[in-house]
Amino acid sequence: MTDTTVATTRELAPARPTWHLILVRPETMTFLLLIAGLVGASTLSPFFLDANYILRSFTLTAEMSIVALVLTMVVISGEIDLSPAANMALSACIFAWAQDAGVPLPLAVAVGLLAGLAMGAINAFMSIRMQLPSIIVTIGTLIFFRGIAQVIAGDRSIRVPESFIGINTVMVFGIPLPVVIFMVVALILGLVLGTTVIGRQIYQIGTNQAAALHAGINAKRIKVGLFLVLGVVSAAAGMMAASRLGSVRYDLVLGGELQMVLMAMLGGTYIFGGRGTILGTFLAAWLLVIVSTGMTVANLLPAIQLTVLGILLIVAIIATNFIYARTQR
Amino acid sequence: MFKKTLTTATAALAVMASGAFAEDIDIVFVGKNTGNPYFDSLTQGFVEACEEIACNFEFVAPATAEATSQIPFLEAQIQRGVDVIAISPNSPDALNQVFQSARDKGILVLTVNGDITGNEQYRDATILPTDFTKVGADQIEMVGSLIGYEGEIAILSATTEAPDQNFWIDGMNETIANDAKYANMTLVATVYGDDQPEKSTTEMEALLANYPNLKGVIAPTTVGIAAAAQVVQSRGIADQVKVTGLGLPSEMREFVKDGTVEGFQLWSPYNEGWLAAYFAVGLKDGTMTNMVGGTFEVPNLGTITINEGNSINTQAALTTFNAGNIDDFDF
Amino acid sequence: MNVLRSVFLRREAGIFVMIILFCATVGLYKPQFLTSQSLRIVLLLTPLIMIGAMAQMLILVARHVDLSIGSTLGFSAMVAGLMYRDFPDVWWIIGFPVAILTGAVLGLVNGLLVTIFKLPSIIVTLGTLSLYRGLTFIISDARQINRANIPTELKAMSRTSPIFDIPWIILIAFAVALMTYVVARHTQLGRQIYALGSNPDAAPLRGIDVTKVTLIVFTLSGALCGLAGILYASRWGFVNPSNTGAGFEFQVIAAVVIGGVSINGGVGTVLGTVLGVLLLGCVAAALPLLGIPGSTQNAIYGAVILIALLIDRSVRQRGVVSLSRGVA
Repeated sequence: MTDTTVATTRELAPARPTWHLILVRPETMTFLLLIAGLVGASTLSPFFLDANYILRSFTLTAEMSIVALVLTMVVISGEIDLSPAANMALSACIFAWAQDAGVPLPLAVAVGLLAGLAMGAINAFMSIRMQLPSIIVTIGTLIFFRGIAQVIAGDRSIRVPESFIGINTVMVFGIPLPVVIFMVVALILGLVLGTTVIGRQIYQIGTNQAAALHAGINAKRIKVGLFLVLGVVSAAAGMMAASRLGSVRYDLVLGGELQMVLMAMLGGTYIFGGRGTILGTFLAAWLLVIVSTGMTVANLLPAIQLTVLGILLIVAIIATNFIYARTQR
Repeated sequence: MFKKTLTTATAALAVMASGAFAEDIDIVFVGKNTGNPYFDSLTQGFVEACEEIACNFEFVAPATAEATSQIPFLEAQIQRGVDVIAISPNSPDALNQVFQSARDKGILVLTVNGDITGNEQYRDATILPTDFTKVGADQIEMVGSLIGYEGEIAILSATTEAPDQNFWIDGMNETIANDAKYANMTLVATVYGDDQPEKSTTEMEALLANYPNLKGVIAPTTVGIAAAAQVVQSRGIADQVKVTGLGLPSEMREFVKDGTVEGFQLWSPYNEGWLAAYFAVGLKDGTMTNMVGGTFEVPNLGTITINEGNSINTQAALTTFNAGNIDDFDF
Repeated sequence: MNVLRSVFLRREAGIFVMIILFCATVGLYKPQFLTSQSLRIVLLLTPLIMIGAMAQMLILVARHVDLSIGSTLGFSAMVAGLMYRDFPDVWWIIGFPVAILTGAVLGLVNGLLVTIFKLPSIIVTLGTLSLYRGLTFIISDARQINRANIPTELKAMSRTSPIFDIPWIILIAFAVALMTYVVARHTQLGRQIYALGSNPDAAPLRGIDVTKVTLIVFTLSGALCGLAGILYASRWGFVNPSNTGAGFEFQVIAAVVIGGVSINGGVGTVLGTVLGVLLLGCVAAALPLLGIPGSTQNAIYGAVILIALLIDRSVRQRGVVSLSRGVA
């Protein structure tokens, strides 16, 4: 009697060739779109291809881009947050109002950051502790935070002190400071997400929370942490915007949440979690700047710009889904 | 690399080519937002003026009228190297830095239809539709004449911080307080419709509910006056409550024709654009100077004076529209 | 007794109580709020949101989201408006089928993108939100359709009424609600939508043609938004490429969520949604009456939504399953 032959191990699917692994990913698609955008914008207007101009234009959305990087991590973990833009505005309003009331500048900054943390905590509490769907919670908080900002600032703009203004004029090796900050944050978050244990756990939580819990990962704690970090970073970004504009209004970055989600999506982040990279969002931020600046300097009306952005998003997610489906094993 | 060289070469050629036609001034008008019929009229003034004199005109505007939405457009125009930026500003102070960079490059900055109060040093001149100091008084007179100079009136404004709104409202308060002619009229409330039809409607409804003896409503905003008129029309109370304010003839025509609104006022946005174009070109080619107290001529508009703070009024006083003349205007 | 108890434990009872409490409280300060005039005001604020909410309810029940409803409304309204402007002799009622059909086409596009490419509806509709808005600007050349171009009969629908002094558009809105109720409860399509939403993976096993149902739901949603579009022109008398429909999606989602529709699909009733819309309408009408400054109103809206969420038991029970693998 032959002893039971060990069942033939299923043939392992052949490993994907390295070039396949590196190239067939959503980030490549974003990169290609970026190049296409550069070419397109240059042909549209002779005034576009000016490095200084492009960098300066990036500063207009640098704050949102930084927040989008953290948002990417939240989405990868399986949640979503539509309130960061409102958070930016409210934190900035609280900060501006505080220093306007005589609070010394560093303390006012701390107050602003604390406010952002509190907002992140509200989102975390309702989404994780109360187990409400984060998309609805954050739509509610987005309206609520924006509303409180309106109560604090009314329809006025609150000025910030001269010493605080002008973050976008500070140059590091010829690159505006906000852009440098963006790149540094991208690098740090990219390393965290890509190389650390926490980073891996975030992917696992997003892929299958139940399995992650069984593997002993404290998913709730990590998600709460992400919401809190997003809250603080949004507050910091809000104050960066205050520095750039010289004053704060309740409608700061109104509608910015859509832009941030757009960046994450264009970068190949999967809305249901588990997939996405900081690199993708990083490239997507540049892509958006190139495309919108290119269209603006060519004096294309908002009509065209909106249409192009809409088509861009749809094309990007079709491509992203296609790539994910093909590389699924 | 090659692409960059090619592009720079093309840009250089373009610059040289435009240099050959140095007479044509590039003017861009940045509106508050697109899809706003008021600015269509204003733009038309620019367009037709630039057909008469040597200027190239373009109109751009952001999709929404937030305080900072015009910044990328301004940066783009500076990058394009235009000669004149005319703008209807969405914010009194958010644009200061951008205006400064523009003027540093020799671009003329004109605010049109509204000024950047408190920050006038950042722009070269402002072109206003009319003498704003008279608007408050004229509107009180308008509503007074409709209600027999006695009774309760209210104001339905736009946003709480809009500087021109507040300026006019102050004027209205002053007029009512100080002029004996209006001693029997009381201003009972000022509410804000945020320039949105829905909000303006609910505020108007609330006014009618809170003040049952209300006789007149002044809405110095085109969105507000239309909303107020609609409410009055739908309730059929045009005899009890008189609606007036600042409105566009095209929007109010129907209400005037069916008697809901007897009269309202405004100015001509078209003339503003016309004047602004002539002024800009005149400044750039040296035929006019931007001096307080100076005057200059504009075809169809006569002699224009430059007032204090480099402020220019397109027409001296408000135009009143009523059943008699409502069909004469096409804006 | 049991019947009474089960009625009270239902979620809709909760919202109904909230409405009563709210109106009673406001009525204490401002008795004018409890008049029929006031009711008329509230009702006039709601028809568009009511119709949009019916559309969104079906979509949410099917476990999808449609963020493009505002842009669909705007585009459909603009198409009808352009028709009125450029063909002034056309019979005014043609505007209705034109707008509804346009909306249906836009909805169908959403549905196709979701089903053919298997894309998450939230992202697709985020894209079409921009796309349709951009197209609205393009076809209108960024100009608004003025009051003078909208047929008087259409505008009159917001004022005149065939019965009980209730304007036409309110009647239409409630008719749509009734129709939605019938579809949801008494047709096979309705049952399939609910089944699809509660368990998309099991749906094909139950013989439900997932693609067909999804396409129908999105097309229906688009058509209803088209109807809302032409009613916008009726209510406000103009169509503006920037403003018409802007922010509509948030108002609708707020009403629907308050009404107890679950984001996870499979749960939601027409009655609850109608009550949700009415509650928001009461809040919107009451705030100016109470003299609450405009700058505080949004904060209150946000708070109302958050409170409604916290109170919502069934959502909490569903847990954080949220946007899980359910891509239909």
